[in-house]
Amino acid sequence: MDNIVGQRSSLTWLVNLCAVALVLLWTIPTFGLLVSSFRDRDQILSSGWWQSVFPQEATMQYRAGAPDTAVQEGGLFVIAGNVFEGGGGVVSAFGITSREPGAFAAGEVAQTNDGYELTVAEDGSYRLTSATPFEGTRGERIFVTTTQPPTFTTENFARVLNAEGLGRGFLNTLTVSIPATVIPILVAAFAAYALAWMDFPGRALLIAAVVGLLVVPLQLALIPLLQLHLKAGIGKSYLGIWLAHTAFGLPLAIYLLRNYMAGLPRDIIESARVDGATDFQIFLKIILPLSFPALASFAIFQFLWTWNDLLVALVFLGSTQDQLVMTGQLKELMGSRGGDWEILAASAFISIAVPLAVFFAMQKYLVRGLLAGSVK
Amino acid sequence: MEQFFGAATTIVIGVGGCLLYFFASNLLLDRLFPASGPNISRNINRANAIRPWLFLLPALILLALYLVYPLFWSIYLSVMDAGGQRFVGADNYVWMVNDPKFIESMRNNILWLIVVPAFSTFFGLVAAAVTDRIRWGNFAKAMIFMPMAISFVGASVIWKFVYDFRPEGQNQIGLLNAIVEAFGGAPETWLTHEIVNSFLLMVVLIWIQTGFAMVILSAALRGIPEETVEAAILDGASPLQLFFKIKVPQIWGTILVVWTTITITVLKVFDIVLTMTNGQWGTQVLGNYMYDWLVRGQDSGRASAIAIVIMLLVLPIMIWNIRNARREMR
Repeated sequence: MDNIVGQRSSLTWLVNLCAVALVLLWTIPTFGLLVSSFRDRDQILSSGWWQSVFPQEATMQYRAGAPDTAVQEGGLFVIAGNVFEGGGGVVSAFGITSREPGAFAAGEVAQTNDGYELTVAEDGSYRLTSATPFEGTRGERIFVTTTQPPTFTTENFARVLNAEGLGRGFLNTLTVSIPATVIPILVAAFAAYALAWMDFPGRALLIAAVVGLLVVPLQLALIPLLQLHLKAGIGKSYLGIWLAHTAFGLPLAIYLLRNYMAGLPRDIIESARVDGATDFQIFLKIILPLSFPALASFAIFQFLWTWNDLLVALVFLGSTQDQLVMTGQLKELMGSRGGDWEILAASAFISIAVPLAVFFAMQKYLVRGLLAGSVK
Repeated sequence: MEQFFGAATTIVIGVGGCLLYFFASNLLLDRLFPASGPNISRNINRANAIRPWLFLLPALILLALYLVYPLFWSIYLSVMDAGGQRFVGADNYVWMVNDPKFIESMRNNILWLIVVPAFSTFFGLVAAAVTDRIRWGNFAKAMIFMPMAISFVGASVIWKFVYDFRPEGQNQIGLLNAIVEAFGGAPETWLTHEIVNSFLLMVVLIWIQTGFAMVILSAALRGIPEETVEAAILDGASPLQLFFKIKVPQIWGTILVVWTTITITVLKVFDIVLTMTNGQWGTQVLGNYMYDWLVRGQDSGRASAIAIVIMLLVLPIMIWNIRNARREMR
């Protein structure tokens, strides 16, 4: 509608500004976590993710070589080395006490309490000299203020997938969500066909019941079903959670599919009937292929819902480390590793990567399903 | 590997079993009442009366067992004691109305019910109106819609990072405290700050639900007949007047639908509160409180009573939905 007369162009920049603001507000939190998942642990804790592309300033403590590593040069005893020990960085200041870790600029010469002379160069090489032999067994403490180049790493991901057991959780989540997505489709499709194209007493009542069941809170079903599963010998197992997810997804599936099927042209079905096709044949050969968009919409919904679900998994699956799905593991991590943002960020991104990929690949069907699924 | 094998088997058995059931039951029906022979018309009628129920049976069994039966069994459990053994009458409900944590949950749920649908719908409406008028609208829509695909737990991690706190003097790594400090304020441990923390949790849900509101409302806005818009423009309506006095009233029905759909989500909210604060510091809500009594309290009576309260809150919307659906079908 942007070519209608009267849409003032002076407003265009305001509209654009508004859109930019909204998009930024809605993406920045996710982006922040994404950036953090690639950052080094120390850098996450010492600066905000928005500063991650700039060099990081940090203070660290280093212990110089032990006295027995000293060499004699002329009349002096010397201990030399590099505070970075092979790593990179630039020293801007150093000190000899924890109270004043940056008392001297790089290259200056400092006098220690024991009468030694210490100097640390910008590249991190230090030189500790003394006229008399060094005493004691431990090396001198050196405090350096360094500027580290920004470092990005994929180590966090490797670490959470293996050491934190998220790889296992990924498989568990996959195990839960694939059958729980596939199975309800067929069950619902048959029911939806009956509700859309077959005439029988009580049909309207059943449709109303399905609409009603759409909003039943899951909380209500948890305890009775858990008792039921325990009594039936299913207990806390994949079979139980597949059944639960299948049933919980059915109202939406039936509702979406029925609406879609009821909208298909009557002529096709009537003429097939006239040609002697049975309802079973009509359903399999005509209705099911034609309903593909609605089936896809529901499949996406159900997949996102089962993949992202926490409540059903917590109640219907066991809670040992081997049995947890990814959302359950994330919840545990938030409790036990609350401050370890590199672990949380990487874990969160592994768990949301698949739904995001599905979202961007199938957005069209998702939108279509939403439009059909909201009770008008 | 073993569990994948189990999953694959289940898919095969589930899908194959379904197909087999439908195929076999239809075949049986056709054998019992063949559409030929002396009783042909009677047979066809009988087969047609039975066939819908064959199609519906698996779905009906699952729905009855997993959604309808629990409804009644929960009512029964809510008048029993912790272990579901002894009848205790209304004790659980009496306990509930005197329990400060329950009252706190109710208060918070009411706050959530007002704030989240209102802001989600408002932002959704603004986003819909704005993105429909710019060239990069589809990209903007996708970005605002994206949180829909993120789990509540994932969203909680994302936002907990935004709210992170470092003591004064250290570099703030949470965006919120960094902004506060940039404007000269002192950093706060936001999530322990009563009342404020509830609103911060609501932000997470608003962030997720806005995309949904935007998608639905954007479709509704496009469905407005152009004549009404053109007439208003000819009459000299300003863009704001056009939006609020011409467009919004015409999509009022859709706004209501969005509002009620988000309301249902809000009533069931659980993951966000569990993972971000676990109901501490005055943030408890019914969904999490129920889970708390189920898992930590091991009291199926009280947990069921709380679940019944959630159901009662959902009930008006359920009835409204059913009436709307029936009206539409006529």
